[in-house]
Amino acid sequence: MQFMLLFSRQGKLRLQKWYVPLSDKEKKKITRELVQTVLARKPKMCSFLEWRDLKIVYKRYASLYFCCAIEDQDNELITLEIIHRYVELLDKYFGSVCELDIIFNFEKAYFILDEFLLGGEVQETSKKNVLKAIEQADLLQEEAKTPRSVLEEIGLT
Amino acid sequence: MALKMVKGSIDRMFDKNLQDLVRGIRNHKEDEAKYISQCIDEIKQELKQDNIAVKANAVCKLTYLQMLGYDISWAAFNIIEVMSASKFTFKRIGYLAASQCFHEGTDVIMLTTNQIRKDLSSPNQYDTGVALTGLSCFVTPDLARDLANDIMTLMSHTKPYIRKKAVLIMYKVFLKYPESLRPAFPRLKEKLEDPDPGVQSAAVNVICELARRNPKNYLSLAPLFFKLMTSSTNNWVLIKIIKLFGALTPLEPRLGKKLIEPLTNLIHSTSAMSLLYECVNTVIAVLISLSSGMPNHSASIQLCVQKLRILIEDSDQNLKYLGLLAMSKILKTHPKSVQSHKDLILQCLDDKDESIRLRALDLLYGMVSKKNLMEIVKKLMIHVDKAEGTTYRDELLTKIIDICSQSNYQYITNFEWYISILVELTRLEGTRHGHLIAAQMLDVAIRVKAIRKFAVSQMAMLLDNAHLIASNTQRNGICEVLYAAAWICGEFSEHLEEANQTLEAMLRPKVTTLPGHIQAVYVQNMVKLYASILQQKEQAGEKEAAQEITQLMIERLPQFVQSADLEVQERASCILQLIKYIQKLQVKEVPVAEEVIALFAGELNPVAPKAQKKVPVPEGLDLDAWINEPPSDSESEDEKPKTIFHDEEQRHSKPRHPEMDEEELARRREARKQEQANNPFYIKSSPSPQKRYQDTPGVEHIPVVQIDLSVPLKVPGMPMSDQYVKLEEERRHKQKLEKDKKKKKQKKEKRGKHHRHNSLHTESEEDIAPAHHVDIITEEMPENALPSDEDDKDPNDPYKALDIDLDKPLADSEKLPVQRHRNAEALKTPESEVPPVEKKSKKPKKKEKKHKEKEKDKGKKKEKEKKVVEEEEEEKKEEDLDFWLSTAPPPGSAAQPQEEEEEDEGKKSSKHKKKKHKKEKEEKSKDKKKSKKKHHHSEEEMAESVQNGTLDDEPLPPMSSYRLLAENPYIKTTYDIQGNLQNDSQVTVSVIFENKSTSFLKSMELNVLDSLNTKMLRPEGSSVHDGIPVPFQLPPGISNEAQFVFTLQSIVMAQKLKGTLSFIVKNDEGSTHEKLDFKLHFSCASYLITTPCYSDAFAKLLESGDLHMSSIKVDGISISFQHLLAKICFHHHFSVVERVDSCASMYSRSIQGHHVCLLVKKGENSVSIDGKCSDPTLLSNLLDEMKETLSKC
Repeated sequence: MQFMLLFSRQGKLRLQKWYVPLSDKEKKKITRELVQTVLARKPKMCSFLEWRDLKIVYKRYASLYFCCAIEDQDNELITLEIIHRYVELLDKYFGSVCELDIIFNFEKAYFILDEFLLGGEVQETSKKNVLKAIEQADLLQEEAKTPRSVLEEIGLT
Repeated sequence: MALKMVKGSIDRMFDKNLQDLVRGIRNHKEDEAKYISQCIDEIKQELKQDNIAVKANAVCKLTYLQMLGYDISWAAFNIIEVMSASKFTFKRIGYLAASQCFHEGTDVIMLTTNQIRKDLSSPNQYDTGVALTGLSCFVTPDLARDLANDIMTLMSHTKPYIRKKAVLIMYKVFLKYPESLRPAFPRLKEKLEDPDPGVQSAAVNVICELARRNPKNYLSLAPLFFKLMTSSTNNWVLIKIIKLFGALTPLEPRLGKKLIEPLTNLIHSTSAMSLLYECVNTVIAVLISLSSGMPNHSASIQLCVQKLRILIEDSDQNLKYLGLLAMSKILKTHPKSVQSHKDLILQCLDDKDESIRLRALDLLYGMVSKKNLMEIVKKLMIHVDKAEGTTYRDELLTKIIDICSQSNYQYITNFEWYISILVELTRLEGTRHGHLIAAQMLDVAIRVKAIRKFAVSQMAMLLDNAHLIASNTQRNGICEVLYAAAWICGEFSEHLEEANQTLEAMLRPKVTTLPGHIQAVYVQNMVKLYASILQQKEQAGEKEAAQEITQLMIERLPQFVQSADLEVQERASCILQLIKYIQKLQVKEVPVAEEVIALFAGELNPVAPKAQKKVPVPEGLDLDAWINEPPSDSESEDEKPKTIFHDEEQRHSKPRHPEMDEEELARRREARKQEQANNPFYIKSSPSPQKRYQDTPGVEHIPVVQIDLSVPLKVPGMPMSDQYVKLEEERRHKQKLEKDKKKKKQKKEKRGKHHRHNSLHTESEEDIAPAHHVDIITEEMPENALPSDEDDKDPNDPYKALDIDLDKPLADSEKLPVQRHRNAEALKTPESEVPPVEKKSKKPKKKEKKHKEKEKDKGKKKEKEKKVVEEEEEEKKEEDLDFWLSTAPPPGSAAQPQEEEEEDEGKKSSKHKKKKHKKEKEEKSKDKKKSKKKHHHSEEEMAESVQNGTLDDEPLPPMSSYRLLAENPYIKTTYDIQGNLQNDSQVTVSVIFENKSTSFLKSMELNVLDSLNTKMLRPEGSSVHDGIPVPFQLPPGISNEAQFVFTLQSIVMAQKLKGTLSFIVKNDEGSTHEKLDFKLHFSCASYLITTPCYSDAFAKLLESGDLHMSSIKVDGISISFQHLLAKICFHHHFSVVERVDSCASMYSRSIQGHHVCLLVKKGENSVSIDGKCSDPTLLSNLLDEMKETLSKC
């Protein structure tokens, strides 16, 4: 997979992950172009389109479009499954996920994605394992956070 | 100090966190930019503080802003600061920010090297994980070089969580630093057998990605992947492996043959669409690679096409799309099987989804034949009318033209029809493809000589109605067709019936609104027209009419002289003067027509686009050398144009140099001929055979079909092509009738002579004769054109760097650079964790720890030894592949059932077939080996003898390694046990289930009672009492194979396991639950793996003296020695090392690495076998089993 984009029906980018090195300018250009192309497609159309020398696989969940770019020989259906799996993961993690969850916790959405995919390849096919890793990492984060209350820091406790 | 801290903390309380920022942005919809620039200022302040929490918060907000499109590269250094925070919370944010905004151009990125190395070796796996994840996004060649060794170490980390990440990131490292591939590859390969499925799938992913780009380097892994494929149940992994095979098969057709069976099984059994799709795609790839000269796999093709039809018929647009996509791949090699689904494809043209329609169009391109072309194009024309979007309509237009013009108009039987289609297409408004239609018109008119008369009449009509087309000049490019129309009318003006009218049409004032290049063609061609009219009139003696037409030209041409377009202006003024001169001559009553016509004499022939390229450079000609040295004096410069001029004159064969002697002339003539022969643009006076027309002298003799005047030719803008379809149908009907008549006649005649002969004729597409005989003038090529044109590969391919031979032994210089730094201590942590994992492995050879810092000094000697070992190993491996591909019964492969079935049928024909296959295989492998390595002659022969255990060509009796497991009226099960090459404690039991009943068998479940030594491998979490479900159901009369993996500890003894197969029988009367008990017999032979061995290695082995010996003797042997050896090879998994007369040495190896050597001698009626083996119990058991086999002979 070359990159993954999440954007809203209004064309606002909600998440972007690039697995190929590109300059910011190029990234912006691609994003703009793709968001336009995908949003222009009618709902009854299939989820694949050929774009430059890549294949674009996208799917709409509620108000969010999930859009992946894969190479010519890659399997479109498995990419759809990857998207679906990611949505399931988000859903499990946030508890019936909505666009706002991703906006306000965008870093969490990235962490989940990073546990699921690495360098554009599926890293963990088990949902359970992904969530376990995220939970444990979160736990680590909270452990680190708890002693950091303001009062403690000033030394008043 | 305390005060500062208080201040910092209180500040923090008032800082915006990410949520506040997001909320703020949402609340400032009107002045978002202003609000954000305010926030960025705040963030800059926050970054200046010492408090890492504040910084992390700021960086987090920046990451969000980066997504919104704001540049945050200025904060790169701050991001690194946050990355190096000791707390995971902050580190995580830092790495996230880095992964989002760092790239190769980020200059501070090199500062991260040590930080990342530290994190990689952190005792906390999540620190390591986060570093690996981040690195995967921003790894640069420098980082890859510096960290390759650290990551490679992590591939053997104790935690699977880290291992899988490390394995995956290696791919990115390889891409950036290709030198790391060879040293890291052995370890990567090991990971294919990692106990953790996640790590295993990661390794599969990486190797598949690598192999896809440079498949030839990975051929040797095919057996391993084949094993994985037949044993894995993880669809994600399966898809990758199958894709990999898709890339490998074009290189090794034998592999394809092996794959067909398991792949078709998967296609039958899987319910996952993605897997099905991948399988179908790979089967197609396999069949394409096999299509040359192999027995056709029509069954597999049919299966694929059927499955694809189901996909296309599905209501899911995605499946429909992919089905069409895959169908077009089949089309290339097996057009017939796709053509039968024409109805379905045509249906797809009505789909709501444009992308599906476009796919269907692509397919139609390959589906046309002479028979259905008109019908398909008619349908497309209807769609053109209906189409809404211009893009889709344009696409339709190009497709129509593509379809019709493909392979040199192969499918067009009636060119009149085609011209009318083209004319109809000119009615399209707003198309971009006017030039395309124009090019077609020109091409057809020039190359299809017989159609010129018709084409000219149609073009004249177009010119007459130019106002209709030209009215939308601004909007579209359709007026391009006028370019073609004008040219055709001018060039072939002799066919024009009412040339006057056309000339007038071309001289209309409205023409000046056309684009310049079209006007230029108008001007040039009206002179051609004028010339032919002039000739006509003069010949008819109508002097006044001739003068009238000249007058008309003189009156109208000035409008072009005023044109703003230079080309038009220049031509017009030139021609105007010419015509004024003609007028003068006409007044003097001098006949001028002949001379005017001479201006345009000669015919233009089409030249192939590649003609120039194909002219071979004559030997001894250096194109880069100076013909004349660069001029030193001005004289040579004067000469050059002169020579060109001479040349020109000579071409007109008017030698104006009578002073030259004959000899010189002859020499020049010779040189000229030579030059002309090599000049693709030179039109030879005597036509070359390609373009010699059957009736060169006169156009009258060209058989042109009379145009039916009922066709409303003269009404522009009315569809006419339909008429041609009808006409064509009638014509074909007539033709058929005539043919039938003839046939009847023939029959009658024949009946008169011989009574019984009935000629069977079916109307094939070849029977359709074209409406009129058309010679398509092929494009000219130079006579000595080079046959091939190779396309150069793209030199900029980023994956090219990874085209590395992985089988070569490692050189010292290739070791990964190891950084020796102050933090070497930190490095130790993962290493200290590593050894236990490594020790566990029993294949120390493969494992390379070249990068151990401490062993550096000692290392060199060892390295050399290792190299030797490795070399040998690699050789073996290569042999292995050939062996694996060429043996008839492949270890544990699912290709067996096919042969098994053939045997079951017991038909002689199948036996013959099999033999043939074997021979073919043998020959192929021979060829391959010869080309591959010529320096291994002796081994080669050995390996050949190994392949089937024979040296002679004596036919072998059919053998099956499948034994009966259990049988009842419903089901018959047979099984075969194969050792696992990759795992020293696993064997795979392949069971074939055959439904003998007329009922449906489902919910089959196989269970065995584990013994202490031998256990069935069950999915995680299930108890020892659970059975394993068989992954398919059996319709009546069908058989299928499933595989079960068993683990065992000791393999020196044979064992038996009791088990039960339970299943549900479903028929019209209902379902019943049935059970079938069986005993699974693990013979010692099933732990052996056929391994080829060279005679010198064999001798060394025997000399070593650490083998135990034992022997048996069997009497009453009647079969030939060769059959005997074949039996031992087949049933006991041995290979022949050497055979001398009636004595042979044989070798095999157990999955746990026991060597078994045999010396087989045949006496009169007996056979004696001396065995040597590293384990005495194993040997005696093996010999006992052999005795049993032989005593049956």
